[in-house]
Amino acid sequence: MRNPQLNKHGELQHLLTIDGLPKGIITQILDIAAPFTEVAEREVKKLPLLRGKSVFNLFFENSTRTRTTFEIAAKRLSADVINLNVATSSTKKGETLLDTVDNLCAMQADMFVVRHESSGAPHLIAQHLENTGRDHIHVVNAGDGRHAHPTQGLLDMYTIRHYKKEFHNLTVAIVGDVLHSRVARSQIAALTTLGVPEVRVIGPKTLLPTDVEKMGVRYFASMEEGLKGVDVVMMLRLQNERMNGALLPSPQEFFKVWGLTAEKLALAKPDAIVMHPGPMNRGVEIDSAVADGNQAVILPQVTFGIAVRMAVMSMLGSH
Amino acid sequence: MQLPDAEQLIATLAESMRPKVSADTCLVGIHTGGVWLAQRLHALLGLSQPLGTIDVSFYRDDYSAKGLHPQPQGSKIPFDVEGAHIVIVDDVLYTGRTTRAALNELFDYGRPARVDLAVLIDRGGRELPIGASFCALTLPEALPAGQNLQLERDDSGALTMRLIHA
Repeated sequence: MRNPQLNKHGELQHLLTIDGLPKGIITQILDIAAPFTEVAEREVKKLPLLRGKSVFNLFFENSTRTRTTFEIAAKRLSADVINLNVATSSTKKGETLLDTVDNLCAMQADMFVVRHESSGAPHLIAQHLENTGRDHIHVVNAGDGRHAHPTQGLLDMYTIRHYKKEFHNLTVAIVGDVLHSRVARSQIAALTTLGVPEVRVIGPKTLLPTDVEKMGVRYFASMEEGLKGVDVVMMLRLQNERMNGALLPSPQEFFKVWGLTAEKLALAKPDAIVMHPGPMNRGVEIDSAVADGNQAVILPQVTFGIAVRMAVMSMLGSH
Repeated sequence: MQLPDAEQLIATLAESMRPKVSADTCLVGIHTGGVWLAQRLHALLGLSQPLGTIDVSFYRDDYSAKGLHPQPQGSKIPFDVEGAHIVIVDDVLYTGRTTRAALNELFDYGRPARVDLAVLIDRGGRELPIGASFCALTLPEALPAGQNLQLERDDSGALTMRLIHA
């Protein structure tokens, strides 16, 4: 089956998931992002690549950081950005997702940045655009349900490459609520595609997908074992809002066993970096001393996220 | 066509620039040949300001037709553009579109006092009202569109001109 993310020339047509994305495309995104980090230091923080294009931020689920960084990225590329808080608009009045999309296409949209609580919603839009012959309109998945959050996975890879230079000699641990995390799924896909030899997941069994080891990762049932000798610790947010039912005793209990503290971090390599996709629950999955410590690269992740989103949008907009 | 000797052209270009530059003049080389050339001129002219480099990938007017360069080098302007005398350096002047892109990019860093353009060879074929302030060689007849003239550098750092038939 043809990869719906690539056009017939093998170029990026939509960014929907890292799963199945060729290594060459991932590397190209990271390479193109690198010079974009310098734009913020100029007097005029803009490049003309998307001048005259309209980017619609279509957020069916709330998000501040992701929506803002997409907006900044599009604006630095000189696009016009239209933010739709769909959670409080037409869909509430009964309009279907594809009707909303058709209406925005009628307003000359060039790109949709989509966040949706249902897995697969961005795929559905991309498929609809293809079926209706609108190849010039591109879709970026900004997070769909439990499925994928590809730009987060990519900015994490950019951050790792920035601090560790190479992927082929790394041991990376992903810690916490993998079950509910689209971020974890995107991270695992990216890390394995880029050739990281050992990807570990650490967390309570109740918060792991049943088929986690099929994703090519090693499971560890304790922080003490799993963090030993790792180069990168990628913390996940405990997704309280996605949990219904008693998967966990209490946040305090979780922190005691699975929270990242300075003592636990000391088991990793001395130059290990600590990442978190945000927003952080301090005192639940991560201790403040670690979050604010000198091994944390959590705020650089946010800054790199702008450059990586610029790279994705400029690649999509180039054809 | 007999290709001119690049090293000789560089010496000629440096001598023509010498009376028009001061120690504070800033050079900006356009990737990739222009950067090599700018490095030579910088040493020959004894300039004190650090060398700037420009990759015009993000400012090209054919971006939507040709797509992005897969590995853009990025631009580095390590001096204050505001009020500076800047010489943009490129190996070959052709349509003028690269120069336009470089000018656009430069102005996003500030307002220079004056901008000049220095090239080794003007091959003709301009599509924009752009001219070189310093040029070591103007070809008597414009090079046909299918041919590509560019600077190359070998392992020892020596520069040569090469003609490529597309």
